[in-house]
Amino acid sequence: MLHMIEHVFLEQSLVAAFAVVGGLILFSNFVAKHLTAGRVHGSAIAIVLGLVLAYFAGLYTGGKKGVADIPALAGIGLMGGAMLRDFAIVATAFEVDVVEARRAGLLGVIALALGTILPFIVGTLTAVAFGYHDAVSITTIGAGAITYIVGPVTGAAIGADSTVMALSIATGVTKAVMVMVGTPLVARLIGLNNPRSAMAYGGLMGTVSGVAGGLAATDPRLVPYGALTATFHTGIGCLVGPSILFLAVRAIVGG
Amino acid sequence: MIILGVALLAVCTLIGVFLGDLLGVALGVKANVGGVGIAMILLIAARVWLKNHGRLGKGVIFGVEFWAGMYIPIVVAMAAQQNVVAAASGGPIVIIAAVGSLVLCFGAVALLSRLSPGDATSEAFAHGGSIVGGAASDEPEAHPAPSPSAKTVPAAKE
Repeated sequence: MLHMIEHVFLEQSLVAAFAVVGGLILFSNFVAKHLTAGRVHGSAIAIVLGLVLAYFAGLYTGGKKGVADIPALAGIGLMGGAMLRDFAIVATAFEVDVVEARRAGLLGVIALALGTILPFIVGTLTAVAFGYHDAVSITTIGAGAITYIVGPVTGAAIGADSTVMALSIATGVTKAVMVMVGTPLVARLIGLNNPRSAMAYGGLMGTVSGVAGGLAATDPRLVPYGALTATFHTGIGCLVGPSILFLAVRAIVGG
Repeated sequence: MIILGVALLAVCTLIGVFLGDLLGVALGVKANVGGVGIAMILLIAARVWLKNHGRLGKGVIFGVEFWAGMYIPIVVAMAAQQNVVAAASGGPIVIIAAVGSLVLCFGAVALLSRLSPGDATSEAFAHGGSIVGGAASDEPEAHPAPSPSAKTVPAAKE
């Protein structure tokens, strides 16, 4: 019996994922309504729950893709993968207030610049503090603090070794997870409640998965604006990481 | 027709990602540069064009908005497949670099939103929230606009 149910889950992986995620959200909304009296968004709880499940699934399977490494839940990997994620992000653009978005354009550009440089500086300083002295390692770890894609792309381009690369990816993933969880907690404090600040936020935080999760957990109205800037972030990071930023680090530390 | 909306979304995404790849090649980067962002801009342009030409039918809108409404569930699925174990076991260098950049960037958001205050009163903003929130039809008519707009502090005062 159990075997047959598992078979259905394996065969209908994406459909099963819809059902499982729907159940998770239903449960989260119930918790939000009755245990937190509506103070916490149901989607925030669902996202945190997703991360917790990913943690235990990762411990259980030893894989890198959280729940998606469990064969019966492989459909989660497709549903939450980059293809459908980007598809849904683009769809949110349909709701963008064009006037507001255009007015915040310059702000978005400033945020993108800051969002690339600030994390990089923090990352490089941390690397130096932990005893890395070569420009390649320092740059790779710094790039990881931008996003977990910029890290390995930069590292591969400038020839970093695999342990540094792993460290760089882990930094980016940690940042993404923290953005997802942390955003709803600080949203009010940082004035994240209108299209303009959402665009600044998207550019500064960058990491698309972090921003997507963080804004969904905070206020769905903000999603399209934050996503609009955040989706440029990784590309810009990959552009300046192995070039300008690497050259700057090499000029400072030498070699 | 609904499929036209979905197809419009798909075509915008494909063109955007393709242009992002081209931009990456042109700049000599091994990554897609802003593909999704370009796709978003294309979709916004398409909406404006269709609206101005009176061709923005209900089916088209539904086809796109369905996927916007699937956004949060997809993000939940995305969260469930993060490599959280790696994040949790990264050690001090990872934690310090991540927390440090996070705090600094949150601070910068606060600074930018103080320097250049925004406005959260537009109708499109509230409407978008109900679609992306996936709750567009969950709320019975009897409670007029109970959720988003009432809960947040009016941003205009910032």
